[in-house]
Amino acid sequence: MDDPRGDMERHEPPPSLWPIGFAVGVVCLLVGLIVSWVAVAIGAVILVVCGALWARDVATGGSAPVGPAPEAGEGEAAPDAPAVPAHKGEAAMPEPAPGERFPRSVFLESATLGIGAVIGGVVTLPVIGFAVLPAFVKQHSHSVDLGPIDNFPEGEYQVATFLREPEQGEVSRRTAFIRNNGLLDGKPSFTCISNRCAHLGCPVQPGGPTFDKKTKKVVTSSGHVSIIPSLPAAGFICPCHGGAYDQEGNRTAGPPVRGLDRYEFSIRNGHLILGNTFSVASVSGSGANAEIHKYELAGPGQHVDGPESWLYPLQPPH
Amino acid sequence: MARRKSARQQQLERAALYPLDWLEERSGLIGGVRYFLFRKVPGDTSWWHTLGSATLTAFLVQLATGVILAMYYKPSPEQAHESVQHITDDIWGGWLVRGMHRWGASVFIILMFMHMGRVFLFGAYKYPRELNWIVGVLLLATGLFEGLTGYLLPFDQTAYWATVVAININGTAPFVGPFLASLLRGGAEIGPDTLSRFYSLHMLLVPGALMGLIGLHLYLVVRLGVSSPPWSDEAAGAPREPDPTPARSGLVQPRPRTIRGRPTE
Repeated sequence: MDDPRGDMERHEPPPSLWPIGFAVGVVCLLVGLIVSWVAVAIGAVILVVCGALWARDVATGGSAPVGPAPEAGEGEAAPDAPAVPAHKGEAAMPEPAPGERFPRSVFLESATLGIGAVIGGVVTLPVIGFAVLPAFVKQHSHSVDLGPIDNFPEGEYQVATFLREPEQGEVSRRTAFIRNNGLLDGKPSFTCISNRCAHLGCPVQPGGPTFDKKTKKVVTSSGHVSIIPSLPAAGFICPCHGGAYDQEGNRTAGPPVRGLDRYEFSIRNGHLILGNTFSVASVSGSGANAEIHKYELAGPGQHVDGPESWLYPLQPPH
Repeated sequence: MARRKSARQQQLERAALYPLDWLEERSGLIGGVRYFLFRKVPGDTSWWHTLGSATLTAFLVQLATGVILAMYYKPSPEQAHESVQHITDDIWGGWLVRGMHRWGASVFIILMFMHMGRVFLFGAYKYPRELNWIVGVLLLATGLFEGLTGYLLPFDQTAYWATVVAININGTAPFVGPFLASLLRGGAEIGPDTLSRFYSLHMLLVPGALMGLIGLHLYLVVRLGVSSPPWSDEAAGAPREPDPTPARSGLVQPRPRTIRGRPTE
């Protein structure tokens, strides 16, 4: 003990593996309390053994010190000098040259940043996925039962309102303009036009009288459906920005970029069933013989044909 | 008699200031608040310079009334409209709080535009305040988004169809538009999720972003100081450097760059 600044030996206990074993024992014991008594017993044994060995280590001062021996040349202060305060005197470690850093400090910094980034990512990514992804999951649309096809006289438009997703309630109420086109090749043919304007999604109105007093209320498996006879002599007109369509849903005036969307339909047990919605660029011909230029459902205001459609190459699944 | 009174006064003063001293010694908050509030400004600032703090006041009113409204509002399609009616008609003072929030929203937006116009016309966005202009533009966009999300919440026909149109306008953006619309709707169609999504954005995410941006905005205002009007002869708290060009300058002619009257060399 010639060190002039007193005992420079480190006083903390030497490195030992027993505390880790002790901790494992504690964990095993606590988990065992929930899982099984066998695990409690094992945990207790580990805990006691490792604890005893740890205590023995500490008591005997441990085995040989680990790590490099302290360098010579330490301590140039005068003998019997009082203890030097931590912030004065010589630095405990040599100052690094400008621009140079201790490898350990570099390692600690990058380890902190790296682990922080991993933890941040592990926490953030699921949250963002939870907030964003459900919006893009393919949603199956229910088919809607509009009731017996006898309610739709041939050649007349009916305004049918129905719940698209009954479990969502009134917020999913939609309107379609339904016309019975009579038979095509022996099968019933219907025109089922969505009332969603192809400009910005406002509800279009029939350009002519609707006969509210003749409203039929039908209760089907899809809930309450109301069917109002209508005479859209001037086609369909949007109240928001003046988009106008003819009786087949072709755009005739105003800002819409394509024709009105349509519903797929089928006949089941004499009932008219509406299926998925699809987008229509335009319709040539009319009634049962109409040739429909059909596209995947696109949002209002989005072109489905022509060069402008290149601006919307991808659509989220509907 | 007068002397004794003054001694009593001193005693009272010390007693009153003691808690402030205690706080200052431990946190430095008093000095911080003084630094924030008692800054030097150019002598010829005018009423035009109050538009920014008026906007801040409108925002604080929105915060306070919004917190109260959130106590009674129910963001589900079946209950939203009824709960708004309940707030307006039944709850004591509800009509006032809702009215303040509804009209205050417009006031906030209008004041933002007026403040922006003032900054533009005074040239207060120029060096070294460009960054604050950018933060202000972000604040404007965030504030408008707050207006958009709040508009749906009464869930009446106006709210519903206005939101349909607004989302579909977003949907017409090239390439990302369809995804943007789906993201806003929370699905392919407007439904219950859309309402709760807008509610969450309106009362949590967007106000948080606004508060952060406002903090940054104010930090830059304090750091850079209030700009003089273009016709001013003084910088903050000091006469301006004499112009090297004798003709009237500052609006049209370039003048040497100065911060607070000091040349930047």
